[in-house]
Amino acid sequence: MKLFAFVVVFLTGAALIYSTIDMPEWGDPNSPASTHVSPRYIEKTIVETATPNAVTSVLADYRSYDTLGETIVIFTAGIVCILLLRRSAR
Amino acid sequence: MIREFEDAIIQTVCRILTPFLQIFALYVIAHGHYSPGGGFQGGCILGASFILMAIAYDINAVKRRMSEKLNTLYCSLGALIYAGIGMLCLILGVNYLDYGVLHKILPVDPVKARALGTLGVEIGVGIAVMAVMVSVFLNIASGGEHEEGAVE
Repeated sequence: MKLFAFVVVFLTGAALIYSTIDMPEWGDPNSPASTHVSPRYIEKTIVETATPNAVTSVLADYRSYDTLGETIVIFTAGIVCILLLRRSAR
Repeated sequence: MIREFEDAIIQTVCRILTPFLQIFALYVIAHGHYSPGGGFQGGCILGASFILMAIAYDINAVKRRMSEKLNTLYCSLGALIYAGIGMLCLILGVNYLDYGVLHKILPVDPVKARALGTLGVEIGVGIAVMAVMVSVFLNIASGGEHEEGAVE
């Protein structure tokens, strides 16, 4: 069983590494993310959100659903910590 | 584990440092629109000021200033503010978390309303992160009993 798990993990890792060969070069100006997405945010952030810091406008405005999920993750971590650890004193 | 101990240097430095830490945390949250910062970072600094107090004095020093009930309430309140602003946009007739529509209830134009909506959710994130940091630290440091020197 252990060997089977190792083989599965190894094959999955090999497939993932193989798939990275197809990805665009690091910092390539012609990659899809740099040609459509980033210029749009950089050009329109002041016009659309009145927020000079593009990181904040992407984090909390354009991608606010994602940030909501992050907040729920932190909230869940805190609640689970209380549920697992909290007990009344002897 | 965490016992009250007398160390004049640590306690004095902590007492002087804490208010400045908290002011800086509020600055980081409120100034996230113009400089690096935001709810997560500011909330962490705010939580660190309480943790510093718990380390320099003891756990009761924190519990006197922010009770456990209030802390747990803040955990939920932060997430509720974020989701509530999203629901408010939904009630006003647009998509979830589409802050532009908030100009109907705020005296600003739609673009400024987006910035204010962003600020609102950052405040919610800051409150949640601060409360969770303090709660997780107190629970782990005291083994869940919230007493000084609970775990031997």
